Amino acid sequence: MDGLYTKKVMQYFKHPKNMGRIENPDGIGKVGNKICGDLMHLYIKIKKDKKGRDVISDIKFQTFGCVAAISTSSMITTLAKGKTIDEALKITKQDIVKSLGNLPKIKLHCSVLAADALSEAIYDYLSKNNLPVPKELREKHERIEQETSQIEEKYKDYIKMEKKIWKMK
Amino acid sequence: MDYAATTPVDPRVLAAMKPYFSEKFGNASSLHSFGQEAKYAMEEARNNIADLIKAESSEIIFTSGGTESNNFAIKGIAFANRERGRHIITSALEHDAVLEPCEWLKKFGFEVAILPVDKYGLIDPADVEKAIRKDTILVSIMAANNEIGTTQKIGEIGRICSRKNVPFHTDAVQAFGKTLIDVEKMHIDLLSASAHKMYGPKGVGCLYVRKGLKIDPLLHGGGHEFGLRSTTENVAGIVGFGAAAELRKKEMKPEAKRLTSLRDKLIKNILKIDHSHLNGHPALRLPNNANFWFDFIEGESLIMHLDSKGIAASTGSACSSKDLEPSHVLLAIGLRHEQAHGSLRLTLGKYNTDADVKYVSKVLPEIVEKLRNISPFKK
Repeated sequence: MDGLYTKKVMQYFKHPKNMGRIENPDGIGKVGNKICGDLMHLYIKIKKDKKGRDVISDIKFQTFGCVAAISTSSMITTLAKGKTIDEALKITKQDIVKSLGNLPKIKLHCSVLAADALSEAIYDYLSKNNLPVPKELREKHERIEQETSQIEEKYKDYIKMEKKIWKMK
Repeated sequence: MDYAATTPVDPRVLAAMKPYFSEKFGNASSLHSFGQEAKYAMEEARNNIADLIKAESSEIIFTSGGTESNNFAIKGIAFANRERGRHIITSALEHDAVLEPCEWLKKFGFEVAILPVDKYGLIDPADVEKAIRKDTILVSIMAANNEIGTTQKIGEIGRICSRKNVPFHTDAVQAFGKTLIDVEKMHIDLLSASAHKMYGPKGVGCLYVRKGLKIDPLLHGGGHEFGLRSTTENVAGIVGFGAAAELRKKEMKPEAKRLTSLRDKLIKNILKIDHSHLNGHPALRLPNNANFWFDFIEGESLIMHLDSKGIAASTGSACSSKDLEPSHVLLAIGLRHEQAHGSLRLTLGKYNTDADVKYVSKVLPEIVEKLRNISPFKK
């Protein structure tokens, strides 16, 4: 199926990096795509570097979605790992697409989802720790929150199941 | 395992077609012997196709395929009978090649009633009877669904339409050559079929039109096909379609038996996967169709993993559609968006064996597990 996806996309899809869940994460980004219905969870661990800056020391993802959704989630974790929060916030959807070679036009919204998941995870970390949240990030959060609640409404049965499953653990 | 999408041309069909490209290249409308040679071959094909559904050969109009046949049936009947009425009845799980022409006809003042289906994708013939009005000019209900494989009670629906004197069209693109169809016994007035779904070539199909039915052509200008479809005939394609039909007549019955047994083994094995479900009717379905949905995972991802293991399949997931909407068929049988997201269609054909079923039954659970490990809904 070379026509639809680049080799790089297929590589990240077949052998996803940083997949899974982090126990006790410092930040979680949960986003849903209201266009196609894909869902993505991103977990980050933060550590201080020598200069005292917040650095993403670990990052993992879980995705319910297509090839593009899985490969973009995997790619953003690779791009963000080891970066300071300020650097990570500068990663754009274009960076993700470029790193993957390319994405079919109809799948570009998946890269938005991945970028949103990361900024949500960072927002979660900053707000939980009463750290200053940049104005742009706050505005982005408000938009994403609204969109995600629409998706969660759509998937409420699965989310209920998910909660039950996690409680059992 | 994607034989519902298309099939390879049977080598015997290809052999029958070959002379009609360069050697016997005549135009079937020419009076000389080259033309008559082509004409003769075409008429033999027409006989073979008519024979398969117990029609008369003069009732078979060759087209470019299933989509054209459906467009021809619906628009042709609508325009020819618009003085009688403008009401058309169809169902929620029809192919887009039926639903879209119906939608288009609304622009010309036609009214379209779309009948619901039950959770197995079955249409209640009583619903058809209730929906028929004085101004109903067409009922169009598919013989077997392309996605979930459910076969309709075509004979019963046909009888109702015949009693009410309303032309009955059935889209039999998937059923033709796989299940027994008798246009007389089933009271079918129009039937769409396509060659490439039954080991014939792509780009050729037909519409059966019952003798005496009032229908307008889509293509004017030349008077080919009894004046119902003008254009120089695709002789090689038609010969291939005829050869395929002749083979189906001989091979359909034992093949259906073999495929049904493979299909049931496949369904049994796949349903052992946790949180897996069958789409479509457990018994009233095409011999070669199996359709599932798996909770917590997405279909395009499934397809691509299967592809890398050498298995071709398809899905009704929103992610794999051009408009990012899930399959309307899966929504019509009551699946929610996220359930349609995890749908998978496996359709068998004559080159599939027991070993293939075993292979898929081994590989698929591993892929489902792998994708569930990535999913936030992971167990």
